[in-house]
Amino acid sequence: MSALLEVSGVSKSFDGFKAIDNLSFAIGEPELRAVIGPNGAGKTTFMDLVTGKTRPDSGTIRWGELSRDLTRLSESRIAREGIGRKFQKPTVFEDQTVWENLRLALKGTRGPLTVLTYRRDRAERIAALAEEVGLSDHLARRAGELSHGQKQWLEIGMLLAAEPRLLLVDEPAAGMTSAERERTTAMLVEAAKTRAVVVVEHDMEFVARLNCRVTVLHEGRVLAEGSLAHVTADAQVIDVYLGRG
Amino acid sequence: MTRIPLIRRPDVLAVLVGLTVLTLLATIGAEMGLVSTSFVKTLGKTLCLCLVAVAMDLVWGYCGILSLGHMAFFGIGGYAIGMWLMRARTEDIVAAQLANRPLPPTPEEIDQAAATQIFGVVGSDQFPWMWVLSDVLAVQLIAVVLVPGLLALIFGWLAFRSRVTGVYLSILTQAGTLALSLWLFQNDSGLRGNNGLSGLQNIPGLTHVPQSTLSLWFLWASAIALAATYILAAWTVSGRFGSVVRGIRDDEARVRFLGYDVEGYKLVVFTGTAMIAGVAGALYYPQAGIVNPAEIAPIASIYLAVWVAIGGRGHLWGAILGAAAVSLLSSWFTGGGAPDIDLGIYVVRWTDWWLVLLGFGFVAVTLLAPEGLAGLILRLTRRRPDRIGDMGPDKGALRREEASAEPAE
Repeated sequence: MSALLEVSGVSKSFDGFKAIDNLSFAIGEPELRAVIGPNGAGKTTFMDLVTGKTRPDSGTIRWGELSRDLTRLSESRIAREGIGRKFQKPTVFEDQTVWENLRLALKGTRGPLTVLTYRRDRAERIAALAEEVGLSDHLARRAGELSHGQKQWLEIGMLLAAEPRLLLVDEPAAGMTSAERERTTAMLVEAAKTRAVVVVEHDMEFVARLNCRVTVLHEGRVLAEGSLAHVTADAQVIDVYLGRG
Repeated sequence: MTRIPLIRRPDVLAVLVGLTVLTLLATIGAEMGLVSTSFVKTLGKTLCLCLVAVAMDLVWGYCGILSLGHMAFFGIGGYAIGMWLMRARTEDIVAAQLANRPLPPTPEEIDQAAATQIFGVVGSDQFPWMWVLSDVLAVQLIAVVLVPGLLALIFGWLAFRSRVTGVYLSILTQAGTLALSLWLFQNDSGLRGNNGLSGLQNIPGLTHVPQSTLSLWFLWASAIALAATYILAAWTVSGRFGSVVRGIRDDEARVRFLGYDVEGYKLVVFTGTAMIAGVAGALYYPQAGIVNPAEIAPIASIYLAVWVAIGGRGHLWGAILGAAAVSLLSSWFTGGGAPDIDLGIYVVRWTDWWLVLLGFGFVAVTLLAPEGLAGLILRLTRRRPDRIGDMGPDKGALRREEASAEPAE
């Protein structure tokens, strides 16, 4: 299995603080991976680097069969390449309906003039997506009126709509009830059957439920990698992370 | 979800019916002598201001770009058509004067005499370079949309590419407007400095048509332009394009992560609305009769933002209401229509106090009815949403109070 995303030797500092320090990371397709680590370990910066929000000081980020260098592409271009991102806080377009939010995310043309003139709605696809994330009854509602959990699902639905090859998910379980968590876990595991999914998470219980390979970050570096049982047995990991909990 | 066809949407119908009734009433009234020519002109000019307000609402209310320069594009449209109007008419007059000479005048002589006539006031007797094709109506008509469009394209490309947003972008647009206005004020700008272009109400070739009839023609033309633009604008902001644009207003980073090229969209909206503003100006100034650099000063664009804010940002029909209400009130107050109030020790003259009143009105709207006139109307007819926060993290995002009761589609 060749890697879909290959981050090698990437460093990034902010005002002298090394947020990411010579980080290397690879993920294949399909694969589900959890990235854990204490606050300030560089999890969010890692996502920012992959999605093009910030540029690394050194190192390369290679993508896909052609090994494209993502550090040279714009955020929107990276998204079109097939990398979807879910933010920590649910970020949906609150002024727009669930339907409109999903339509925005559907895989397809993105250029202003084609979007202006090409007006097929693909209603069936939108309905199917809404079904998948349990929002069928809320299509006509404004996203701003949804509950926190529903917004999270809408955002996951939007990610699925874009049919990305790699999904980056930032703390999906934060602020969810246990029933909502269970449903979210199922959605992520399902999604990872056909694509690469990286879940950044704090909550060990949630990670255990994902039942996948785990990468532990600490001070911008990979501290350990392997099954959850393997990393939780690692002395270093216990020292810097688990031991504090 | 089924989408209502554009033509059957209540707002589109209301605008079309409203414009038809207005123009018919004005025409009948004018023919019966009940409505003065100057009032017909006021109505026609107001419709042009509504037109530029629709453009402003697209760029600010929908796309979140608070441009303080759209009245500059409006002015440029006026100058573009004004160049032809002034030159063609002056040449007609000069030709008529020279026709009495024993030898008929050559085209060069007429040209020379017209140049002296037009530019004598700024001490020149030559047509400047930009007037080279000003005697060709088609060229000037193209310039009405092309010059604002090109300027907006270049300005927008530079600004959006550098990710300048929010108040900084507003300041940049204002600085650009100020620079243009100061340049136009100079006598050697080639556009007659602070004299501007005048006599624009006289249409060459139509000198036999009385102003009372011409004013009605322009009223109809303005109404048709407004109706067509309204439909075009409503079509633009419906569907996915509208979704993307509103998304950019509320949370542009999120739109970027969905794979949309935010800068490209902003550029399309900014340039398109600049062209609409140019058309509005080209219809306005022949009714006003004169265009000068003061019309392009930044304050004009600030007024434009005030109209849209009072009308209700994010509703195209709200922008029309705001522009019409404020500009008609303004001409009533400043034109001596409102009676002075004698307080005994001080007489409130509305010509002086109108701006203060407008200022208070603006503050009152922002505090008491942030959704503007459109919001007040919607509040009477529909339920209010339960909102807990603003519509997005960006500076231009619709605030909680501005959000209307129902989704746009």
